Amino acid sequence: MASIVEPEAAATHDHHGDHPEFLAHHFETPQQQYDTGKLGMWLFLIQEILFFSGLFVAYAVYRANHPEIFVYAHQFLDKSLGAFNTVVLLLSSLTMAWAVRDSQLVNNRGLIRNLAITIACAFLFLGVKAVEYSHKWDIGLYWASKFAPTAEHHGGSMILFWLCLPFILISVALIAATVVSKQKNYEQGYRFYGILALASVAFFVGVGCGFVVPAVAGSDSHGPAHVEEHAGESDHHVVATHADPAHALADDVESPRNAGIFFSIYYVMTGLHAVHIIGGVIALAWLLWRALKRQFQAEYFGPVDSVGLYWHLVDLVWIYLFPLLYLIH
Amino acid sequence: MFSNWASSMLFAQSEGGSLFLSPPSSTVAPMVDSLFSLIFWISAFFFALIVGLMVLFVVKYRRRNGVEAQKTAHHNLLLEAAWSIIPIILVVVIFVEGVLGYLDLRNPPDDAYEIRVTGRKWNWAFQYPNGHVENNLHVPMGVPVRLVMTSEDVIHSLYIPAFRVKMDLVPERYTKAWFEATRPGTYRLYCAEYCGTEHSNMTANVVVHEPGEFEAWLEDASNFLDKMPPAEAGKLLYERRGCIQCHTIDGTSKTGPSFRGIFGTQQPLADGSTVTVDENYIRESILEPLTKVRAGYRPVMPTYRGQLKDAEISAIIEFIKSLK
Amino acid sequence: MSATVATQSAPHPQADAPTNYLTVTRGWRSWAFTLDHKRIGVMYLVAVLSAFLLGGIMALILRMELVTPTRLFLSEDLYNHMFTLHGAVMTFLFIIPSIPAALGNFLLPIMLGAKDLAFPRLNLASFYLWVAGAIFFLLAIVLGGLDTGWTFYTPYSTTTNTSVVTATIGAFVLGFSSIFTGLNFIATINTMRPPGMTWFRMPLFLWALYATSIIQVLATPVLGITLVLLAAERVLGIGVFDPKLGGDPVLFQHFFWFYSHPAVYIMILPAMGVISEVVSVFSRKHIFGYRFIAYSSIAIALLGFLVWGHHMFTSGQSQRAAIIFSGLTFSVSIPSAIKVFNWLTTMYKGSIWLATPMCYALAFIFLFGIGGLTGLFLGALATDVHLHDTYFVVAHFHYVMMGGTLIAFLAGLHYWWPKMFGRMYHEGWAQLACFIVFVGLNLTFFPQFIMGSRGMPRRYARYDAEFQPFHVMSTTGALLLGVGLVICALVLWQSLRRGRKAPANPWGGATLEWHCASPPPLENFAVAPTVGDPYDFDGLVYKGEEEGYVFEPKKQPAKREAEPEPATV
Repeated sequence: MASIVEPEAAATHDHHGDHPEFLAHHFETPQQQYDTGKLGMWLFLIQEILFFSGLFVAYAVYRANHPEIFVYAHQFLDKSLGAFNTVVLLLSSLTMAWAVRDSQLVNNRGLIRNLAITIACAFLFLGVKAVEYSHKWDIGLYWASKFAPTAEHHGGSMILFWLCLPFILISVALIAATVVSKQKNYEQGYRFYGILALASVAFFVGVGCGFVVPAVAGSDSHGPAHVEEHAGESDHHVVATHADPAHALADDVESPRNAGIFFSIYYVMTGLHAVHIIGGVIALAWLLWRALKRQFQAEYFGPVDSVGLYWHLVDLVWIYLFPLLYLIH
Repeated sequence: MFSNWASSMLFAQSEGGSLFLSPPSSTVAPMVDSLFSLIFWISAFFFALIVGLMVLFVVKYRRRNGVEAQKTAHHNLLLEAAWSIIPIILVVVIFVEGVLGYLDLRNPPDDAYEIRVTGRKWNWAFQYPNGHVENNLHVPMGVPVRLVMTSEDVIHSLYIPAFRVKMDLVPERYTKAWFEATRPGTYRLYCAEYCGTEHSNMTANVVVHEPGEFEAWLEDASNFLDKMPPAEAGKLLYERRGCIQCHTIDGTSKTGPSFRGIFGTQQPLADGSTVTVDENYIRESILEPLTKVRAGYRPVMPTYRGQLKDAEISAIIEFIKSLK
Repeated sequence: MSATVATQSAPHPQADAPTNYLTVTRGWRSWAFTLDHKRIGVMYLVAVLSAFLLGGIMALILRMELVTPTRLFLSEDLYNHMFTLHGAVMTFLFIIPSIPAALGNFLLPIMLGAKDLAFPRLNLASFYLWVAGAIFFLLAIVLGGLDTGWTFYTPYSTTTNTSVVTATIGAFVLGFSSIFTGLNFIATINTMRPPGMTWFRMPLFLWALYATSIIQVLATPVLGITLVLLAAERVLGIGVFDPKLGGDPVLFQHFFWFYSHPAVYIMILPAMGVISEVVSVFSRKHIFGYRFIAYSSIAIALLGFLVWGHHMFTSGQSQRAAIIFSGLTFSVSIPSAIKVFNWLTTMYKGSIWLATPMCYALAFIFLFGIGGLTGLFLGALATDVHLHDTYFVVAHFHYVMMGGTLIAFLAGLHYWWPKMFGRMYHEGWAQLACFIVFVGLNLTFFPQFIMGSRGMPRRYARYDAEFQPFHVMSTTGALLLGVGLVICALVLWQSLRRGRKAPANPWGGATLEWHCASPPPLENFAVAPTVGDPYDFDGLVYKGEEEGYVFEPKKQPAKREAEPEPATV
């Protein structure tokens, strides 16, 4: 981020009224446009960090005042799924960085491939998250005012279905758009919708992973593997011999007062993070569209760079959320 | 109105108040007032300096034909340092004075007389150590009084201007305030934190009793149920315990329905059914106010469960019966 | 950029070819979809003035009700709705965007010597976010009103049955409008300065906008998340601020003031920037202590983040916290004081022209003086406990917001009006309006100091009879203020219809906006301007036939200074 236009840069990129198509009228050089866009993006990211910081402060305040709630409540979060999602997002960050590199080298095929993988990772992440949410709501682990943990199940599969429904609709719509584009010989649309449709299917892979991963990690599909580790460590009757948290609740009727606050914070933090993921998917789809049109070139890759920065930030937030919410001792 | 006000101002002057401040009536008040005066005179001096210079320059250097602006230095480190450092010194003095006063305001002596305060929409309840509850605050003169306060619904703030005391009441926690009254008399007490419809009517009086008279008053006040006919005791409760904030006895509606002439009548409820206003309905409305809300009124009344004794509820019922 | 040749005869060719930004295209689409920062600035101006009208009418209704201690014509509920909306509309819709979004948008690129803001589309989006936020506020009025006070304190705001969520969405959207404006300004100033425009050649108004933008980008998102939590609290009951569910209502106050105190500086810093420009130009004197003023803007912006707790001295926060916040609060007072002294010294030995903008600037120094000094009473702990939430506070912030920001906004509006619309207004009437506004402001708000320190709490629909004389005075003042503002509006409106054509430089300003025609052409400068000292008035000569000032380089022929010198010391 050069704070002023460097004379060198100005000289090398001087077009003297010969404005390339991608250069907005009020900029002098591509370099200036790039620097400006990048600075703008950094400022936006700073804003994002402060936006999340409010939540982190709320988290810190409640954790400091009510540590017992956090120790009690985190056992209902599945570490293995959290870790799996962390890996998914790290992978997506790698492909995003790769995409930026591809755009700089004008490797359009690579750019499209890496954008597609990044989008798929985002859908995968959301699929796993949907399974996690449905498991909690299944046993009444809602936010504070609705918080009513019970040993009975409330139809987790129905809850999961409702969470999946928007994504089912999206996938169907994308597949339909692909087919229509193909029939009308609309090449750009066919490729764009086709890639997105493939990527959106990753959501359902994520849902599958939500069931498979905990099983592989050594617990049954409903529950945290680590509940047993906690037996005896905690002062709060967390003596659960069953892996299913619903059973844990049955054995351990007494939860600390206001335990719902933890879940409020959990849902707000992860929910807003998911909103940012969805926003990122939209931005990535926009990049994909432009990449398919071959709009990025050696002097113009700013948008890929900026969305990349945003995507890394969203990952970074998760890197903080994971230990703060899942790994509490 | 104006003459009334002017005479009260003169009265205030004679007791140590000023245009800006009512007469100080607690031990901390004179200290707050002296800080106020200090800041006032510092401010007045700087304000006069700034405006004086401004007017002087405007008059002296106003634009005239043929007279050019003179060149002066664009900055002057000494001057700028001076007008940075002098204000710094002054604000440090103000800051320290403010802190010292604040520590006095916040930390009561150990032997203070304790009164429990509950704020709710939209009245005050002051509970004395013997359990007696009043909606006005009675205190002895010359004795430090500590208020232990909480709120039942939203945030309120207890404010007694004459004592220069203010403290918020926060639900689910206790806050404390204290003062020692120095002059007998009646003072105003306000809710200073906005709390809804009747916020501006959530006021009370502070009655400062002469030394030795407070105990007698408390003794007398605590026994009113035994000494009065129930309807009269009910009227007292109606006035003291906050009913009066929302319910009139002249037939006009406020936040709640009027008590006049309702006993024994049929009244429509918000859910469409009707109810007969009898002893049971009144009792239920006091203890579970939101179960049967009269049509046309908002469900805002707080419960009085645990705050009114059975004898007191009976007295209120007798009082409502008496309002034909 | 090719080397600039200083041919400062820009006004002449434009005078014959009147294609300026107002006339270059026609039709409502050319405005609604414009990316030109000047048109967006004008749209903002119309928008914030409408909001001001709405908020002002509400203020007058409130003041009328307060003529008597008992009910005159407003029920308690209606009064509470009215003061809430007055506060919310004035803060979020008027004062925060007034100078930065309306005047700043129009002037920042021109004063910088750029063609537009860095992100023109984002700029238009900011404007429409403002519109969307305003619509949500209006919706909130229709859908049950709002009676929480503009501060939305919990748990009242989570329990009242008015449309808090709608208003919250409105404030959230307005927050992003403000963030994007700030982001745009920072990016523009950092990367789009033409050669020769170094940091210390920027006009102080731009420094003020830069400092403001920093606050907008850093503080507003915290308001955003606070409002998200508040809405979630109301809709879902997440309990974070609800004491019944184990939450902490005072945490909301911390969050809210972490934004809303810096927001006070979003409101006042641009005002100070305007005054720095006006005082210098109308005294024909180089601004005194340029760097001190520039740095003090940044200092105020940064220190402003550390003082939010002074709104909560009676909330039950720990005594240690209260003492720290009080100390930090005083630290902010120093940079503000420095600016006032700098303006006075700038006037010293100048050639002071009492045109309307200067009249407003002098009124600003007077009124901001009172507003600032009464802040000392509220920063000191012992006195604040007594004065908190009384009319003393109301008077204090109205002196700063109205006496400061509004008056500076009017100063700026009258100063740049000829540039924006190419017309001169009637001096005499404009000065009369300024005088009436000044008297009205003092009459409205000074009595409020007295009744406040005598114990009159704020947000009271009914009050004790002893305060009535002060309320009557205050209401009289408010009516007078209203009359003054109406005259001011009529004068400006009349100038659009009948005013004589404005010259390029009617006041003799040396900043770059006076180098381009009035009104400016689409891309601001026909010829790239020479960047010099923004407060050097030497080359400016009054020309009778132009009815304005013309730049006549007499000392040195046109040359581009390679190495800028900030000030001739």
